[in-house]
Amino acid sequence: MHVITILFSNSGYDRAAQGVVGAGRALATAYGARLSAVVVGQDNPGMNSQLAAAVDEVIVAAQPELAEYQPETFLAALTSICRELSPVALLFGNDTWSQEIVPRLAHRLGGSAAGDGIELSVVDGAVRVRRSVYGGKAVATIALKRSPAVLWLRARAFDPAPETGSTAEIRQVTPELPAAPATRIVERKSEQSGEARLEDARVIVSGGRGLGGPEPFADLQELAGMIGAQVAASRAACDSGWCPPSWQVGQTGKKVAPGLYLAVAIRGASQHMAGISDAKVIAAINIDAEAPIFKHCRFGIVEDYKKVVPLLKEKLAGMKG
Amino acid sequence: MNIIVCLKQILDPEVPARDFRVDSDKKEAVRGGAALVTNIFCENALETALQLREKTGGKITALVFSPESGEDSLRKAMAMKADEAVLVLNDGHPNPDPLAVAQALAAAIRKIGSCDLVMVGRESGDWGVGQTGGLLAEELGFPSISFVDGIESGPDGLTLNRQTDTGSEKVSASTPLVVTVTNNEFNVPRIPKTRDIMMSARQPITKWTLDEIDVDAAAVRAGGDYYEIVDLEIPVREINCEFVSGDTLEERVDQLAKRMVEVIQAL
Ligand SMILES: Cc1cc2nc3c(=O)[nH]c(=O)nc-3n(C[C@H](O)[C@H](O)[C@H](O)COP(=O)(O)OP(=O)(O)OC[C@H]3O[C@@H](n4cnc5c(N)ncnc54)[C@H](O)[C@@H]3O)c2cc1C
Ligand SMILES: Nc1ncnc2c1ncn2[C@@H]1O[C@H](COP(=O)(O)O)[C@@H](O)[C@H]1O
Repeated sequence: MHVITILFSNSGYDRAAQGVVGAGRALATAYGARLSAVVVGQDNPGMNSQLAAAVDEVIVAAQPELAEYQPETFLAALTSICRELSPVALLFGNDTWSQEIVPRLAHRLGGSAAGDGIELSVVDGAVRVRRSVYGGKAVATIALKRSPAVLWLRARAFDPAPETGSTAEIRQVTPELPAAPATRIVERKSEQSGEARLEDARVIVSGGRGLGGPEPFADLQELAGMIGAQVAASRAACDSGWCPPSWQVGQTGKKVAPGLYLAVAIRGASQHMAGISDAKVIAAINIDAEAPIFKHCRFGIVEDYKKVVPLLKEKLAGMKG
Repeated sequence: MNIIVCLKQILDPEVPARDFRVDSDKKEAVRGGAALVTNIFCENALETALQLREKTGGKITALVFSPESGEDSLRKAMAMKADEAVLVLNDGHPNPDPLAVAQALAAAIRKIGSCDLVMVGRESGDWGVGQTGGLLAEELGFPSISFVDGIESGPDGLTLNRQTDTGSEKVSASTPLVVTVTNNEFNVPRIPKTRDIMMSARQPITKWTLDEIDVDAAAVRAGGDYYEIVDLEIPVREINCEFVSGDTLEERVDQLAKRMVEVIQAL
């Protein structure tokens, strides 16, 4: 029996990949199964050997055609690799590619899929997933009825896998690929707010619709710079065009887990909170004492952000010196 | 270009957490006084379709699989200026699993006939499943692209813009194709004109039962055999917020700064 974690070589063995492998190990133990890692993309020997210490087998697909992600090509490659292994479960992280591939791969393998898993268990031989639903207002447990269970997980919610103490075999495979895929990614653009990923940020300063325009985001960025924070936003701020969509935090944005999340002029709708449930401390600046955000805050201030932010910058500058 | 936009009718997701209840036996939200609305991402998809039609011409068919109430979502789509509306009546399980939904939608799409582009939302605001697009693509045998937020049509096919974790990608694609649509500043759904709302009330809606489309109606009515919700609960996690104190604004902000630095230094 096999549990397989699917990883993309371009992001390396980062915290997300470690979480997926950790979840894979727990599931493999529950099944008494072997844990394999399938790595797709440009060959990344460093990552392969890190994985070899954590899983029972590393399977690498690194043909030139797989050097860059293309949906139809990657899907075909994974379908062919997984068919041969007949796994009970396939685990992915919560990146764009995984979310795109998961339901289609499940369909091709005759399995069942679920996404955004925060907890896994095995009951009567079938995988169960806990996930947040109704915009973060409820949590559901879903029992998958078909095998394999194909899942994408909120990767950082899972502990990394312990090392096995031995070195797994690294095996290269060359799955058959479609000749002329009907879709082709022709250009890639990056619009990060800083160098680090929002998901890995230790401190986040986030702005909402209450900011009233794009200019205040420059102030937030300055504030963020002073405390080593990254800037994020609510959906309402992104939809207004005040900042790029990749800054959106929430149910349908980034799931972040900073030590401190400062929400500025954000109401705290459940769909926004769904993205910060793993934050250690939430603090808020909001003009409305009744704003739901305060129900999740360790501390906060009820005041117009226009008065608070300049003063806050002054205070923080003073404390630094 | 023939475009089909799939719309899901859901319980208003703006219901505040304090008013939200679940029925843990039925494993559903309690509707209470809440309205039924069209899922926001479906409206983003419809808006994207309308903008594409403005540039290239073509026909937009709105498709809903739901009980009779789904007619409201179709009327709104017509008011936004979709050309045609199809309701596949769900007289079975209130929350069929995503494969059952995709099979019903795929059968309806085949019955509608010619179709170049199928557009769905990236996920629905109730169960947030996020699978219908991908499953539909496999059921139809079409390729698919997720998280699309803009579409251009040219002589060589379609050029899509789609969001990724770190930014965006341009994708060139031929038809037929399934896309899932996400939000950006350019596909905020338009507000229909009063006149168009009134006209939409009189426009015809095609209605099919599950027995009239080529699908295993009994399996769909039973809710499907893909997955099952076994538990639904409301998590409790409210904490007491300490509002920073002080006589002047300056003192309060000073407190705020100190608390922030404390937390950051302890990380
Ligand atoms: C399916 C679905 C998915 C969604 N996904 C997401 C998601 O991923 N992320 C997300 O964020 N949202 C998401 N939403 C939207 C969400 O429901 C809210 O509409 C959104 O989060 C509101 O953003 P906001 O708090 O910035 O704006 P608003 O709700 O407009 O709140 C603005 C806040 O600013 C305060 N304010 C105003 N002026 C000032 C001032 N001068 N100083 C200080 N405070 C001030 C107000 O008191 C208010 O609390 C989703 C919704 C749906 C239906
Ligand atoms: N019952 C339905 N009728 C029409 N479209 C649907 C239905 N269920 C899901 N969809 C489409 O699939 C998208 C994603 O939904 P889901 O996969 O349920 O999160 C929605 O935004 C709709 O476009």
